[in-house]
Amino acid sequence: MSEGIGAAVKRKEDKRFITGSGRYTDDIKLENQAYAAFVRSPHAHANVKSIDKSAAEAMDGVLAVLDGKQLTGDGIGNIICGWAITSKDGSPMNMGAWSALATDKVRYVGDAVVAVIAETQAQAAEAAEAVMVEYEELAVAANIEAAVADGAPQIHDNAPGNVIYDWDIGELADTDSALAGAAHVTEMDITNNRLSPNAMEPRAAITKYDAAEDHYTLYTTSQNPHVARLVLSAFYQVAPEHKLRVIAPDVGGGFGSKIYIYPEEIVCLWAAMKTKRSIKWTADRTEAFLTDAHGRDHVTNAKMGFDADGNIVGFKVATKANFGAYMSLFSSAVPTYLYATLLSGTYNIPNIYCEVLAVYSNTVPVDAYRGAGRPEASYLVERMMETAAREMGKDPAELRRQNFIKEFPHQTPVIMNYDSGDFEGNLNQAMEAADWNGFEARKAESAARGKLRGIGMACYIEACGIAPSAAVGSLGAGVGLWESAEVRVNPVGTIEILTGSHSHGQGHETTFAQVVADRFGVPLDSVQIVHGDTDKVQFGMGTYGSRSGPVGMSAIVKALDKVEAKVKKIGAHLLEEPEENIVIEEGTVKATGTNKALGWHEIGLAAYTAHNLPPDMEPGLKEGAFYDPLNFTFPMGCFICEVEVDPDTGKTEILKFVASDDFGVIINPMIVEGQVHGGIAQGVGQALLEEVVYDENGQQLSASYMDYTMPRADDVPSYDVLHHNTKCTTNPLGIKGCGEAGAIGSPPAVINAITNAIGNNDLSMPATPSKVWAALGAAKIAAE
Amino acid sequence: MATVSMTVNGKVVAEVVEDRTLLVDYIREHLRLTGTHVGCDTSQCGACVVHVNGKAVKSCTMLAAAADGAEVTTIEGVANGDLHPMQKAFNDNHGLQCGFCTPGMIMSGIDMVNRYKAEGKTLDEAAIRAELEGNICRCTGYHNIVKSISQAAGEM
Repeated sequence: MSEGIGAAVKRKEDKRFITGSGRYTDDIKLENQAYAAFVRSPHAHANVKSIDKSAAEAMDGVLAVLDGKQLTGDGIGNIICGWAITSKDGSPMNMGAWSALATDKVRYVGDAVVAVIAETQAQAAEAAEAVMVEYEELAVAANIEAAVADGAPQIHDNAPGNVIYDWDIGELADTDSALAGAAHVTEMDITNNRLSPNAMEPRAAITKYDAAEDHYTLYTTSQNPHVARLVLSAFYQVAPEHKLRVIAPDVGGGFGSKIYIYPEEIVCLWAAMKTKRSIKWTADRTEAFLTDAHGRDHVTNAKMGFDADGNIVGFKVATKANFGAYMSLFSSAVPTYLYATLLSGTYNIPNIYCEVLAVYSNTVPVDAYRGAGRPEASYLVERMMETAAREMGKDPAELRRQNFIKEFPHQTPVIMNYDSGDFEGNLNQAMEAADWNGFEARKAESAARGKLRGIGMACYIEACGIAPSAAVGSLGAGVGLWESAEVRVNPVGTIEILTGSHSHGQGHETTFAQVVADRFGVPLDSVQIVHGDTDKVQFGMGTYGSRSGPVGMSAIVKALDKVEAKVKKIGAHLLEEPEENIVIEEGTVKATGTNKALGWHEIGLAAYTAHNLPPDMEPGLKEGAFYDPLNFTFPMGCFICEVEVDPDTGKTEILKFVASDDFGVIINPMIVEGQVHGGIAQGVGQALLEEVVYDENGQQLSASYMDYTMPRADDVPSYDVLHHNTKCTTNPLGIKGCGEAGAIGSPPAVINAITNAIGNNDLSMPATPSKVWAALGAAKIAAE
Repeated sequence: MATVSMTVNGKVVAEVVEDRTLLVDYIREHLRLTGTHVGCDTSQCGACVVHVNGKAVKSCTMLAAAADGAEVTTIEGVANGDLHPMQKAFNDNHGLQCGFCTPGMIMSGIDMVNRYKAEGKTLDEAAIRAELEGNICRCTGYHNIVKSISQAAGEM
């Protein structure tokens, strides 16, 4: 089946994007549309003393100037975090109030204070400049260390010492005793740099209010429109759920940042009701840096103990996680259940203990960004393994091989139960493709040119397909994490798949159709994917955590099972053959052992004319399903990076990057490889280029593309992407998910390669030329 | 306010716009050609690239008034028939994911191929990567964009 599972089919959705016919939120213009602009705090921490709106209100085109007291006065609720984490001592997390417009205090530069609604975008922006907000500046905690220091400014009254929670997992006493008895202990302090997701399409919202129906519509840049509707309705009381339609049309990248509900969508919905106008807001890029949830920002101390043979005996981790000024929607889960549960990596580790201190600071809220917790875990584990190998004088590949988990299922000490994998297979494949054994000769060749060559690897594992609803519920999640699908076979036999997953670059319109084509042998072009509209799709939990394959497609498979059963019943009835003899092949319904057959369209027509259906069968051919995953899925792989460092400038060039991944069953290898390419580029960006930088006053110094280094085409190499797959055992298609792996495995591979090249392990991300040059200098001084 | 007139995708247009109107806003808001995108405010990302008198220009960096009388081509106007070879190459090589940067990539790609051909230079992988300095993509890691432009360079 050339269009089915495993085929590198070109994307169905491309035509509109390559011809300029995509329909992104900002491309939409409604009748009677006005524009919103936000007055944002220029201070990282301040009391709002007074707001003078009079000058702005008098300006041309201004329709309304709205503040936080009006918002809360109208009963609009605070923004919440939807995952409850309990501290070691049994106390609940300390969630501070987050009003969509600040009422009496601002807590980060960019915090929204006033919304101006005007006839044109320029008028709204100009009037926003004319709003006079009087602030009383407060002391600022702009990073983790400042936030936890004695006498640190108190950011939220209900979070003493700025601590949100002090959580742990694993067995402390067993881990301590394992480390005490270890022949060798590797200890490291590791920082995971703060990043900005930077989807190329800035966030946007257009809202419409129909007063006669008391009905709201929100077009927005969302990865999960149903979750947006649920939260906007149930928690923020913006509109009742049945009176709110959320549409996420074409969305220009997400990477996590478009999961969350932000103040702007809330304010624009509320303002549409207040002004009786449709309202558009589109972020500019600096606004995106100042308001889109950031990622990472961990500071960690870790100790890994080994016995005399090099077997890991214990791993102890203490992490401080910066949450920014408010708790974003899924922020609490990221440094806990998406991080600490992956600390076993790909290794047999009998004892693990991890504690996580979550803290507020006067910075942009931090939440899930591509990988969400797993990149932080992978970076930590893989730098520890590399460092331990160097300290013990062992080959880093062999130390990993020796400690690999080789039998499945494998229960780690930190919740996760790995179902499948062949870690050595991926290691071997990557080492062969990278010509690992030929490295010394290449290094000598570089040295002859005065360059320093290094090679590094990382054997990541991550958890996707989040996740069994009962399991996440027991861990504090406020939602279930199933997915839904509906399969509509039309009377002419064409098929529409309504899915709760949302595509913002992943290619679902192609891959989901491939699953259907594979199942029934119908042409790919006869299958249409419908997503992103709460009025069309019944419900869905959206796309993040690489869940559209393992969870979203599984829901489609479940619905296809029901369609297939009904088709076979209709076929058996019409062909007058026993149901067990009916098969569906190449778009034809056949009775085996006979020459009797019906075209696919004939079944559709029979179902809808209902002239001759089996007794008691309902007309129509439409089935829905909800799929709740049985377990996380565990993509894993081995990445090898080879670099050359110029000792005169400290500049790193990536010469080769090999990825060998285990994604289980692959629907479309072209699309999967594209996901890996993009993930690696983001990981290389984190390793070499990217960092959100704050000064001590909480001013973001990196809030434009002039200051924040996005990877460009000449910063990254071409990638060698390989697969060595083992089937996932816990979902019907055997899929593990591929969306985040590249970003998870690549940072440690890059840094391990650079530290190998320069002979100094004391290097933090991003490994800019100046940092690498300084590390080289330090290594030289140490050697003298 | 002033009347600004130009030829866009072969069609003569005239719009009364504020003097400060950027070319990208003229194209998106006045002509409603929304294939040209805005991804930043500092002329870095290249999502807004169009051709003005045959040369690639970041339309967020040019006033509409400065393009008065010019020949402008946007992503909507590059195909002569079904698809331009550059558009087809992006589909053939999976050179796009979310599609937001894609119009700018295609417009820059066409421009670089035309320039290299005119100058008789070879557009190899290193040259394509260097030429893409003004276009940012967050999805593809550039691998397949480079392949796409390379394919189109052989076909244009």
